[in-house]
Amino acid sequence: MASITLKDLVKAYGQIEVLHHVDGHIHDGEFVVIVGPSGCGKSTLLRMVAGLETVTAGEISIGDRMVNTLEPADRDIAMVFQNYALYPHMSVRQNMAYGLKIRKIAKAEIARRVEEAADILEIRPYLDRKPRQLSGGQRQRVAMGRAIVRDPQVFLFDEPLSNLDAKLRVQMRLEIRKLQQRLGVTAIYVTHDQVEAMTLGDRLMVLNGGFVEQFGTPIELYDKPATLFVAGFIGSPAMNFLATEAADGSLVLGNGARMAGGGSTEGRVTLGVRPEHLVADEAGDIRITVGLFEHLGANTLLHGTLEGTTSELIASLPGHVSAAPGSVMAFSVSAGLAHLFDPETGTRIET
Amino acid sequence: MLKRVHFPASVLPYLLVAPQILVTLVFFIWPASQAVYQSFLIEDAFGLSTEFVWLENFTLLMDDAIYLASFGRTILFSVAVAFLSMSMALILAGFADRVVRGATAYRTMLIWPYAVAPVLAGALWVFMFNPTLGIFPFLLEMVGVDWNHYLNGNQAMALVIFAAAWKQIAYNFLFYLAAMQSIPRSLIEAAAIDGAGPVRRFRDLIFPLISPTTFFLLVINAVYAFFDTFGIIHAITQGGPANATTILVYKVFNDGFVGLDLGGSAAQSVILMFLVISMTVVQFRYVERKVEY
Ligand SMILES: Nc1ncnc2c1ncn2[C@@H]1O[C@H](COP(=O)(O)OP(=O)(O)OP(=O)(O)O)[C@@H](O)[C@H]1O
Ligand SMILES: [Mg+2]
Repeated sequence: MASITLKDLVKAYGQIEVLHHVDGHIHDGEFVVIVGPSGCGKSTLLRMVAGLETVTAGEISIGDRMVNTLEPADRDIAMVFQNYALYPHMSVRQNMAYGLKIRKIAKAEIARRVEEAADILEIRPYLDRKPRQLSGGQRQRVAMGRAIVRDPQVFLFDEPLSNLDAKLRVQMRLEIRKLQQRLGVTAIYVTHDQVEAMTLGDRLMVLNGGFVEQFGTPIELYDKPATLFVAGFIGSPAMNFLATEAADGSLVLGNGARMAGGGSTEGRVTLGVRPEHLVADEAGDIRITVGLFEHLGANTLLHGTLEGTTSELIASLPGHVSAAPGSVMAFSVSAGLAHLFDPETGTRIET
Repeated sequence: MLKRVHFPASVLPYLLVAPQILVTLVFFIWPASQAVYQSFLIEDAFGLSTEFVWLENFTLLMDDAIYLASFGRTILFSVAVAFLSMSMALILAGFADRVVRGATAYRTMLIWPYAVAPVLAGALWVFMFNPTLGIFPFLLEMVGVDWNHYLNGNQAMALVIFAAAWKQIAYNFLFYLAAMQSIPRSLIEAAAIDGAGPVRRFRDLIFPLISPTTFFLLVINAVYAFFDTFGIIHAITQGGPANATTILVYKVFNDGFVGLDLGGSAAQSVILMFLVISMTVVQFRYVERKVEY
């Protein structure tokens, strides 16, 4: 059990800096998900914690030890790889026991721990099989087993579920979460899937282009996204953005309509509204020209444009709704659910 | 109708393989069958009379102490060459696999020996180990070793083994390096996280995973040592001193072209032919199926 501290962490490959001054503190026993689009540096960050990549500048501490120069073996971590990285010539049992054998743990103790882990993960029937005789989901469990028998201070996961089918992914996601809570081990989990991130993480670190955009709980990220990027990345369907002009405590939309909001802000601001926060309201200020409807059963997605403009908008409406394409529907948004961002810097404007 | 349309096309494949088949027939099947035929004959040294003797040439060989000694020597030579060149190649590939900077230059240099003709390679080693002029005898004398492979049979054997092994290192290196690089990086990383150091990773992970390559190279190297080392031996020792380096291929040449015992030489080459055929069979049988792990 240990906390992890990242202090002003930089990673550069030659001249190219791929991680820029990352800071963060992960509490003991916390489940942190690093999430972001492809190529943003998630794996690089995780691998630096694991000791598989060198640190260009800054510090990584696990517990109260600075681990920058420690070998992976000495960091007391376990990692689950995207392709599982099981040793193909060893049986499941040997795969799980390998790390313990190297640490010269007594045979009886190894057997006990392997079987205990096998019971937790329900892979006991496969202990004597080779990895190639297992299905993807079973291999995934073995990879987890190899991590938990070591009883490390930290679990590291690099997109461990991305090779599984959708249904199994949901099931394994729950199991990973339960396992981590049961063992109480600090975990860092990398994924590019925001749903996975929201459901798994105690806190999420959103990375974009090597910068930390926001580090907070799923609720914080959803309710108060710190940047345009986070606002667009978290939530599905993605948040709507409209260019507006703020003046005298109201916002002027692209089609000239005025709506209350903006507080003391003046000038150009970007208004962000989640599709599920647009409420049908005869007297609403946001008038949408209907494009098409997507019927999802429990709710209906309206794709349209702001009346008189080409700005696209999506509204998520409860139940079944329909209207003729080209007709206009009016919506309003309650004050607390309208987000304002500075269009230049992308940062949130508090009102 | 359809048949006629397709008819001309069916001649083409035969035409295309014809040159290949012709070459095989003229340069392999025909000489091989000649060798088999010759091995049933005894001819006098002047080529004046020939007698068909069935298997007498073979039975003579089985009773020939010199031939049997040569057989044993060949096996020793092959095992030594295969072991030496494969283990050197394995070590070099192990390092090359870890090198990051200058990897290409390093690899290219290691591959060069393969491009050297056997006789030239032999000449090179002759120069280096010349008892009066060579650099190595000079160095060896400083540590108290008196080197003269023209007189000392064991030293001569050691020299041809080194030369033959050196020549083959490049080939083995290429295969080992390719095999090592096909092991997923994440496996090595997983082992590093599990606490295995470089030596341990090599022993527990890399070596078992490249075992199919090891098996393949074992056969290739045995065939090489048996048959392709003629040039090196001819350049360095001519099979001497006192037959100390006369391995089977060299004896075929010596008995046939120097001793002019064509029947005996043919019988030896037929035996060699069977050896290479059986090694190839083993090769295809097992390598195709991959070594089981
Ligand atoms: N060895 C390397 N040399 C140079 N650049 C690298 C190297 N490894 C990664 N990069 C760069 O670093 C950036 C971050 O890579 P990283 O693998 O961390 O992305 P990621 O967020 O894990 O993406 P994905 O979701 O696709 O796995 C990428 O732009 C990549 O091109
Ligand atoms: Mg990645």
